[in-house]
Amino acid sequence: MAEVTLKNIFKSFGSQVALSDVSMTVPDSSFVVLLGPTGAGKTTTLRLVSGLDKPDSGTILFDGVDIVAQSPAQRNVAMVFQQYSLYPHLSVRENLAFPLKSPILRTPAEEITRKVEAVAETLQISRKLDNKATELSGGEMQRVSIGRALVRSPRVYLMDEPLSSLDAKLRSDLRIELKRIQASLGATMLYVTHDQTEAMTMATHVGVLDLGKLVQFGTPREIYEDPVSIYAASRLGAPKINILPADLFPGAPAGAASIGLRPEHIRTGKGREAQVIRVEYLGDQTRLHLKLDNQNLVTLAEAHTRIQPGSCLKIAPQSPLYFGPDGERIKS
Amino acid sequence: MSGYSVTEPSKRQKWIAGVLVITYALVTLMPLLWVIATGFKSPADSIAYPPKVVFHPSLEGYVNLFTTQTRITPDMKATLTPPQTWYERIVRNKGMMIAGPSRYGQRFLNSIIIGFGSTFFSVFLGTLAAYAFSRFRVPIKDDLLFFILSTRMMPPVAVAIPIFLMYRQLGLSDTHLGMILLYTAVNLSLSVWLLKGFIDEIPQEYEEAALIDGYTRFQAFYKVVLPQAATGIASTAIFCLIFAWNEYAFAVLLTSGTAQTAPPFIPTIIGVGGQDWPAVAAGATIFLLPVMIFTIMLRKHLLRGITFGAVRK
Repeated sequence: MAEVTLKNIFKSFGSQVALSDVSMTVPDSSFVVLLGPTGAGKTTTLRLVSGLDKPDSGTILFDGVDIVAQSPAQRNVAMVFQQYSLYPHLSVRENLAFPLKSPILRTPAEEITRKVEAVAETLQISRKLDNKATELSGGEMQRVSIGRALVRSPRVYLMDEPLSSLDAKLRSDLRIELKRIQASLGATMLYVTHDQTEAMTMATHVGVLDLGKLVQFGTPREIYEDPVSIYAASRLGAPKINILPADLFPGAPAGAASIGLRPEHIRTGKGREAQVIRVEYLGDQTRLHLKLDNQNLVTLAEAHTRIQPGSCLKIAPQSPLYFGPDGERIKS
Repeated sequence: MSGYSVTEPSKRQKWIAGVLVITYALVTLMPLLWVIATGFKSPADSIAYPPKVVFHPSLEGYVNLFTTQTRITPDMKATLTPPQTWYERIVRNKGMMIAGPSRYGQRFLNSIIIGFGSTFFSVFLGTLAAYAFSRFRVPIKDDLLFFILSTRMMPPVAVAIPIFLMYRQLGLSDTHLGMILLYTAVNLSLSVWLLKGFIDEIPQEYEEAALIDGYTRFQAFYKVVLPQAATGIASTAIFCLIFAWNEYAFAVLLTSGTAQTAPPFIPTIIGVGGQDWPAVAAGATIFLLPVMIFTIMLRKHLLRGITFGAVRK
């Protein structure tokens, strides 16, 4: 496995800037999740590391060696594409064996059989091994596509929303499985997702991208507790962080325009009086939708709370985050 | 895709549609059936008026097609041994004897070599060119594609004279190589354009996946793109073969012996006392077979290919 370093990467497609001065280091054996909305540059980053695209400027290093000039095959990376990209003319077994049969690996036949069957077992597709790739459901195709990466031992795994088209049960199973595989192989993983649960549960590091710029890179905990901007703060946490005018509560530092309150950072019982608009019972927790001076906010209550819609509740912030008018964090 | 009308057609509508389709099929098949039937008529029946629909089948046309014959003179008669084979008997019955094989077999072989040879090169070169046009940034791509298409904007025969002179200079007249080159050149625009359409339909992601899986660009093309372009390649091959197989004008102009194909040869079959229509019809019938067999072999691909890759699963 390898340490991957991106240095001052710029990439444009025509007049569209995809990545602008992105630098980051993906440590060896780490699981790095790239977060950001569509168009933030997540997939472009993966494609540059894989070698499918070349950066306009900047360098990419594997273990300190510049690999920008190398072909994808020479880089020895495995990638799971968002659109599955299974070879439609091959069976599931042949799809999984395809990378092992490549001229750079030339795996012996019995080892191919063994590895393919082990991966199929892990991904629960053993019964479909002899189906044509086109005869699978979306979720099965996605799993085969993950399997095609996992049969190899590349220097880096690149995964582009690999769990997006799976149902919830399978997604949470595979989330644990992927994390287990990554940890046991000591694999370096660069993983793109929209799903913040995936980011929180699997990542050792999270990179937050916005419009082609890397706005923050750190552990999930750092991003969650110490975000650099409203944008970074909004990437993690469900329900989302409440962003409210800074003067809603006393105590804002000079220059602060907004206050950011995670749902669990709202203390009830004292402070300003808010109206309960809606109560969402989720089993393990209950969410309260509140209204305060025409601002909507969400907080959590204990699961069996007796609070009813229409009642009033006193609330006060606890360890709030303050942001300036430009959305940047103001540390107090 | 499940495209069916909301209302199932009534029995009556189906019946009318069936009659219409069968009638149309019979009308269009008539000339073909006529040729095949004529091949099995005797020379007298073949020119009978009104035309005979019911007749005694005879293989005389086929025997005449494949043999050359001479009239038996009275003094030869004494030295002749009795006919050994069924075809000798047919010939003897009209007072002739077989002098040797005709040149039809060799002309037919020429058609096979030139037809399939040019089809192979058209599809081979066409696939490579189409892939490059489809996937790579080629300088002045649109102009090149237009130029390739423009070679078909007039009938190929329009350039017959310059090609005739050029071929005479280059020593390509009446050679297999010359005819293969010529038909390949004519077919290439069709094959590049058809195949580019098919290859455009194959998502690039498959090749990208293969590149990541450790293959080179050419291996990805060979292992991933080609199998998926099989439909397009098969239908393009059929179109190219049909053109090369049926081409008449250039064949008349540029070939006379060694490399002469069947189309210019068949009309020159002359029998005793006029055109030997059963032999001509027999030649035409056999001439139809290779394209028919080729098309039947590839028909599974052709049926899907005829939509030009518009429908994808």
